[in-house]
Amino acid sequence: MIRKFTFPLALSILIYSCSGVPNTDQGADTNAQVALHKEAEENWPERFGFGKEASSELIERRDIDISPDGKGLPAGSGTVALGRSVYLSKCVACHGTRTSNGSYDRLFAIDASKVHPDSVAKGKRTKTIGNYWPYATTLYDYINRAMPFNSPGSLQPADVYSLTAYLLYENGIVKEDVVLTSTSLPRIIMPARRRFVEDDRRGGAEVK
Amino acid sequence: MSDSGSERKISRRKLLLGGAATAAVVLVKSSFGKIVQTSLPESSGVTADPTKVLGAFPAEIGTRSSFEKLLKKPSFSSSRTPLQALYGTITPSDLHFERHHAGVPLIEPDGYELLIHGLVDKPMVFSLADLKRFPSVTRIAFLECSGNFRTGKMEMSPQDICGLTSQSEWTGVMLSTLLREVGVRSGASWLLAEGSDAAVMTRSIPLRKALDDAMIVYAQNGEAIRPEQGYPARLFLPGWEGNTSIKWIRRIEVGDQPYMTREETSKYTEEVKGGKIRQFSFDMDARSIITYPAYPQRVERGWVEIRGIAWSGRGKIVQVEVSTDAGKNWYTASLPGLILDKAHTQFKYLWYWDGGETEILSRATDETGYVQPTMQQLIAARGESMGGYHLNPVTAWYVQRDGQVFHRPER
Repeated sequence: MIRKFTFPLALSILIYSCSGVPNTDQGADTNAQVALHKEAEENWPERFGFGKEASSELIERRDIDISPDGKGLPAGSGTVALGRSVYLSKCVACHGTRTSNGSYDRLFAIDASKVHPDSVAKGKRTKTIGNYWPYATTLYDYINRAMPFNSPGSLQPADVYSLTAYLLYENGIVKEDVVLTSTSLPRIIMPARRRFVEDDRRGGAEVK
Repeated sequence: MSDSGSERKISRRKLLLGGAATAAVVLVKSSFGKIVQTSLPESSGVTADPTKVLGAFPAEIGTRSSFEKLLKKPSFSSSRTPLQALYGTITPSDLHFERHHAGVPLIEPDGYELLIHGLVDKPMVFSLADLKRFPSVTRIAFLECSGNFRTGKMEMSPQDICGLTSQSEWTGVMLSTLLREVGVRSGASWLLAEGSDAAVMTRSIPLRKALDDAMIVYAQNGEAIRPEQGYPARLFLPGWEGNTSIKWIRRIEVGDQPYMTREETSKYTEEVKGGKIRQFSFDMDARSIITYPAYPQRVERGWVEIRGIAWSGRGKIVQVEVSTDAGKNWYTASLPGLILDKAHTQFKYLWYWDGGETEILSRATDETGYVQPTMQQLIAARGESMGGYHLNPVTAWYVQRDGQVFHRPER
């Protein structure tokens, strides 16, 4: 029912493949307006007129997400040194240190040889930021919105940039003297990104 | 006082209830001021006959029988539906499974707003009253967590194995209706859906699903959606992994690329062969489970109606097969109830149990021709170190000679 435009679709597939963003034929639909009208009942008005226009102030207040290309990152910067001290005061109880476990997810492996995704380890490797996360920007987005667990959304940009820098450092992704900003953070290529593939299950006879 | 008739009644009641028997039914006032019937023990010496005592009066809120013990099994972040104790295919709302990432928020309906912005002609906010004014849609569909699989022990009920799935009748407005209202600009291909819990949960949703059967749901089984399921409104994506159906939804941003949120990168992804990690695994594959007889139930020799539910996130169930000899032979079960798209579907199979130890199993086939696999087939397809999401293997129940039924773990 959604009309396919094969040329723009093929082009967008090509572009997506090059950029490393997973190619999906689930998303690209350049003729959204046609699709939207397909189910409208015959007696529906073009617009019902319910709701209010959103003010740009509300949008700016709510629009807190960070895209993989860095869109949404605020002004500011962070360092590993500051991140280390914030981590020790706000994160270590749940997430542990290099030598001990906290109550929740490990963010970096205790064994440094296990932080690189190509390292061969017997049995299951602990999933860490370094060996599993495909985008560094996700760290900023998630820490900013959801952490610390008992007071989410309470950190300032300098803290979030710094924690991001510290965690990337502990996972062997950046050097200790890195300064993360809205321009440098999205440029970081996480080693695990090339492991990610799109879901190819389609039902049918084959189990995937 | 007791004639032979009521003596017979009391002893049969004792047999059914076991242990301390109800001997009398009387009226008392509960702590809420409601007049209810309650039971007194046999030692009180009063006759246990409800035909002799005035019953409870009508009330504002109904109750379950105090003899029925239906409970979910909660953990720190989830709560499982007692599938083996339910009938039909609708899950009572207070038994609907839960999975939260930072608890259930308290949201006042009067201040609630859904913001839709981004690649739209006109960014809008809708109050709950606004959402309810749009043409509404009602459908029955299951919800399931993609982590809905546990195994390893014999003492596991359907609740323990796959209790993170439930079914409700959902009412709301189609997301396509709302997107039509704001106008989607060309070039849009992905949405970011965001919730208002303490996790501020986010997932990227392909526009195609948003325009297909996605809903903004505000009612569940005839009343306002429950807080545990997303009050006052949630996103509902029929057939997709539960995490994508963002609860307590507060914002939808229309964009042109996936946002790569924490849940869809570091969490709801699974390792497959060749060191690869499968992402955006949205659809819940076809699955079935026998809910009777299952642990911890017990069967008697003779006729047994094997019952269960089957479902698929890709459409309708077209067939369920049952084996009563550990998978050597399979027979088609009947599908006597409603067969709906992306919904729990009843199956039944009448079986004469001769008292010998055996295993009973079920497997579902959906309209795409997909047959519910065994664990071995899943491992063969995804590799030995496969991730723990989207596991839907055939479940086997072991029937002992004494009639006790146990789970037979896959490995």
